[in-house]
Amino acid sequence: MEAGTITQADRPAPRQGPALGGRVRRVVGDALGTWRGKVGLALTLIVAAIAFIGPFVGPSSLALEGAPFEAPGGAAGTLGGDALGRDVLARVLDGGWRILLIAGAATILAIIFGTAAGVVSAYRGGKVDSLIMRSVDVLLGIPQLVFVLMLLSVIGAKTWLVILSVGLSQAPQVARVLRAAAQDVSERDYVKAVAAWGVPPRTVIRRHVVPSLISPLMVESALRLSFSIILVAGLAFLGLGTQPPTADWGLMINENRVGIAANPWGVLAPSILLAALAVGTNMFSDAVARANLAGGRTGDPSLDLFVTASADPKDAQPLEEVPK
Amino acid sequence: MEAGQISPGLEPKASGRGGFSRALAERPITAMIVRRSLLGLLTIVMIAIIVYAATTVIPGDAATAILGNTATPGRVEKLRAELGLDEPVLTRFWNWATDAIQLDFGNSLSGGVAQTQVGQTAESTPVTALVGERIGNSVVLVAAAAIISTILGLITGVYAAYRRDGFFDTVGSVISLVASALPEFVVAIFCVLLFATSVFTWFPAISVLAPGASILSEPEKLVLPVLALVIVVTPYMFRMTRGAMIEALDSDYVEFARMKGASTTQIAFRHALPNALPPIIQVVGLNLLFLAGGIVLVEAIFTFPGIGLLLVEAINGRDVPTIQYIVILLAVFYVALNIVTDVLVLLVTPRRRYPR
Repeated sequence: MEAGTITQADRPAPRQGPALGGRVRRVVGDALGTWRGKVGLALTLIVAAIAFIGPFVGPSSLALEGAPFEAPGGAAGTLGGDALGRDVLARVLDGGWRILLIAGAATILAIIFGTAAGVVSAYRGGKVDSLIMRSVDVLLGIPQLVFVLMLLSVIGAKTWLVILSVGLSQAPQVARVLRAAAQDVSERDYVKAVAAWGVPPRTVIRRHVVPSLISPLMVESALRLSFSIILVAGLAFLGLGTQPPTADWGLMINENRVGIAANPWGVLAPSILLAALAVGTNMFSDAVARANLAGGRTGDPSLDLFVTASADPKDAQPLEEVPK
Repeated sequence: MEAGQISPGLEPKASGRGGFSRALAERPITAMIVRRSLLGLLTIVMIAIIVYAATTVIPGDAATAILGNTATPGRVEKLRAELGLDEPVLTRFWNWATDAIQLDFGNSLSGGVAQTQVGQTAESTPVTALVGERIGNSVVLVAAAAIISTILGLITGVYAAYRRDGFFDTVGSVISLVASALPEFVVAIFCVLLFATSVFTWFPAISVLAPGASILSEPEKLVLPVLALVIVVTPYMFRMTRGAMIEALDSDYVEFARMKGASTTQIAFRHALPNALPPIIQVVGLNLLFLAGGIVLVEAIFTFPGIGLLLVEAINGRDVPTIQYIVILLAVFYVALNIVTDVLVLLVTPRRRYPR
């Protein structure tokens, strides 16, 4: 919503290059100056390190080592055995990198689609604007997880389809936020001047509008990544993400919950890692959003809450903007 | 006096717009309800088209998808005819939509296909009956979670705002930050480990019921699913109540009430809270929206017999009519809830009713 616009309202017209990098560095620096930012980034990096280094250090995540749901310390390893007697520790070490890669790809997709829709909508205005924003309203009328499940239901759980549908399901929210920010930028004199010069709209958007949106883009990317991770892990848990026998934290929780009494680690270990990852990314995105907001005038505290409570931005819109 | 002078001047202009629109202009709330309802209806029609397209048109051949690649051509043909797949797309959509308006969403494929496979006559249940059997349980789950989280969030939020930066406020803010970030199925797993299997064994770990039974007949099976949802949803309520209350408590009218000698409770509940209501209502609305989607994972964890679990079962069984019906049902809930939330906010903020 207005998060980005507030920051930028007080800033001089951005130049290409150093100015852009400087702003990113300032916001990230401010975010890391808070305990939220530090703890969030630390948690995220620790889990990411486990996820990406894990596959190279652990034993095979597929070999049948011991008895099903064997207690920790036996033939199946330090954390015991899973539903088929495979090493829980090895599967935990191998089960995270796919979630991170898939969620990352989906986030990039959501940011690209959402920014394109939101910025074009704001810059063009009029009929294009109403058409795009009405479509966004329609897509937001279906619960996010349900939307993804529906897209996956008939074709099945292919990795590309998971990325595409998670990305698509997040794009409308990105479009809403970026439209609000881009509306303000499009009104600025330097953008109008370039447009009056006869520069084609596509170039104006790409060279002059989008670079000014770097702060809201950062906030959105961090927030969408944390939502994507939860969504991707949830899909795997429901059996619609990574397919067995591949190791995956979401899938492991589902596979091993039958034996939760015999060996709770099969469920507990992936749950703790997922929880740490979700809390870490969420805290970091929260810190970035606050740093971004504090860069400009901190106006309405309820606005601040809307940003940081990661609530649906459309509900923060004043009622006067209710579509006709 | 001024109002009396202005209104005759406005009269000819207003009457020029015709009776209906004038009536609407004079009642902004009615006007908004009418406008939003029409828009909501349009949204639902668009969603129905998307749902139909996503579940039947795109994959090319639903019959092969349902039966799998190993199915004999004869069986695929039979199912194609049964699903009406041999007709053109638009005809099929038209038939589906006209049936859907009359609340006929077709028969569930799960029962039917299973029986054709063993060579018996297909005898399947209407989707609406299948969902109707389960929807009550989901409503109970969502309602219980919404009521408990709203009350809990309100009380803790008001208290934290009053003792700003105190112990309760600091601890509450940290807990809410962590809890709101946790995925609901992870919270549910922690609840199971803590209260059902490993630490305490107070409540059942799964909520399986006899087919058609209501969850209210065995309320102890409701506890953990509700708890998991409450933990995920309350932080938003807490944060928003706290923020809105802090803003209201800092205002001049609360300062004045304090000087007037009003008691703490009076200030909190008579002066500050009414002005903090709009954002709080919006969060209750948002939480209900979240719960509508959140029940899918929580019901799946607890094998809770609601429509969320039914949706997961339908997806695993490629039961397209059931999927379509549940998705559209949830979308209708979403759209209706958005309208209700906005109308309620308008009702508690009189200054927003009239456009400047």
